[in-house]
Amino acid sequence: MKSVLAILTVVVALVGFWYAACVPMNIHEAAMQAQRAGEEVTPAEAPERRHMGRISLALKNTGLWSTVFSQERPQLPAPHQVAQEFWKTTWGMIERGRAFSKRSLILHGWITLSATLLGFAFGTALGIVLAVSIVHSRAMDMSVMPWIIASQTVPILAIAPMIVVVLAALSVDDIVAKGVISMYLSFFPVVVGMVKGLRSPDAMQMDQMKTWNATRAETLWKLRLPSSTPYLFASLKVGVAASLIGAVVAELSLSSNGGLGARLLAGSYYGQTVQIWSALFAAAALAAVLVWAIGVAQKVTLKRMGFAQ
Amino acid sequence: MMAWVFGSLLFWAAAWALNVRLSRLSAPWVRFFVPALFGMTVIIVWEGMVRGFGVNPVLLPAPSAIAATFVGEIPTLWGDLVQTFFKGALSGYVIGCTAGVLTAIAVDRSPFLQRGLLPVGNFVAALPIVGMAPILVMWFGFGWQSKAAVVVVMVFFPMLVNAVEGLRASETMQRDLMHTYAATPGQGLRKLRLPAAMPFIFNGLKICTTLALIGAIVAEFFGSPIKGMGFRISTEVGRLALDMVWAEIVVAAIVGSAFYGAVALAERVITFWHPSQRG
Repeated sequence: MKSVLAILTVVVALVGFWYAACVPMNIHEAAMQAQRAGEEVTPAEAPERRHMGRISLALKNTGLWSTVFSQERPQLPAPHQVAQEFWKTTWGMIERGRAFSKRSLILHGWITLSATLLGFAFGTALGIVLAVSIVHSRAMDMSVMPWIIASQTVPILAIAPMIVVVLAALSVDDIVAKGVISMYLSFFPVVVGMVKGLRSPDAMQMDQMKTWNATRAETLWKLRLPSSTPYLFASLKVGVAASLIGAVVAELSLSSNGGLGARLLAGSYYGQTVQIWSALFAAAALAAVLVWAIGVAQKVTLKRMGFAQ
Repeated sequence: MMAWVFGSLLFWAAAWALNVRLSRLSAPWVRFFVPALFGMTVIIVWEGMVRGFGVNPVLLPAPSAIAATFVGEIPTLWGDLVQTFFKGALSGYVIGCTAGVLTAIAVDRSPFLQRGLLPVGNFVAALPIVGMAPILVMWFGFGWQSKAAVVVVMVFFPMLVNAVEGLRASETMQRDLMHTYAATPGQGLRKLRLPAAMPFIFNGLKICTTLALIGAIVAEFFGSPIKGMGFRISTEVGRLALDMVWAEIVVAAIVGSAFYGAVALAERVITFWHPSQRG
């Protein structure tokens, strides 16, 4: 309960800071509009204002502060503007029966989500298979593992545009092209976590399996895989977040078919800041839901498997 | 042409057989030789397949072609590296990490704020923050400043979370000891809690090296002057000059590993006392 209050305080402080930041960020535009409407602005001429700092201009025109929160294309939209736009493009679209129209964030969110989940599923499967083979073959371990660890330091996202173009040339579906990048990003955390997890049974437990004359397959199924579950869930959380980032960045290069990344790019072309922010919040909400879902699955699974929480 | 395919497959089989055999040894040089041989195999099979099947260089250029481009275009690559890494990523990294650590120290005296900041920071660290790039490019223009800003936003929260956790890492017993020495809060911070936080802080610094490069490169996809690694990648992909794209990726890989290695080296020097460094 105490930490809920603490979290709320921090969130309220952040939102307050955001509102406060709207004043200096949007004051130039507000002054311009006020001048056009014939109101009094200090200094009166646009060229003089252009060289003024945002904060000093804001301090000289306190009368304009009320207008900075409701501009059409603000430098920094106020939180309620973003919330309104978000609401309008999600629930508002459902109410009008157009949940999957081009302007609906539900459609774009779904496009991104499907690519994310596809890539995440394949990345996880591939990661587990590779981890199992690394644990069972010393040669695999010694030759592949150093490269996997080294590749974590490489900015993999940089190759997203290239993968997209190459796969498009091979006439692969868009969702597969995005999925490949998502897969690539979620694959590494799973391998690293699973190798650790599959090795987590201690010598005593391994000896026990040996005294029962268990084969390597039995040891894998009955000891190694169950004891790696906590590690798997920890890496899945990292992996699903990475996979979503991969899908969003892939959509920057594949923007013709929609998706949250495409909304970001379109918003930045046309200066639609409110649209950018609401797409950003949609991506954040998606990430939060995905991580939360894995957290719930983790809790339920680990409880049923008898891991002490 | 088939000779290339069979030759590379034969090399693969031979190298793998050698690796299987070598991996049973425990000599120290084996630990370097086996992965090196594996890496070489990948490159040779890649080259053999591309040549043997006559793969279109627009899809996948051969390693030799990439190497030739790399050597031939060093001045361009260097210019891009300076623009993206030294101006964008590195300055953003320094500002963002410093801000993260300073914020952690600022909220250090208030357990209430810490309890609020940790979950929020953890949540934000999992979000696709790189999506802030178009907004920041709009605010700070096309130059390196906007890339640095993206990097600052990306590295701030992971750094903050690690630093806050690090500052809580000292044990009650140790803090009690500082108390019996009548240490002021400042002294306690300098002499006990900051050193104890160092392993956590370095963990954050290491995570942020990769984030910094990613942020700087991806931000350039949203607009940049006519140089920079992200700019080069997106324009050369458009011209289907994939050998140049791969050359940039090689640069990114080298810089990324070197940056990480430098931070890891600093960690070794500064936290020499930590069990993980004494192996």
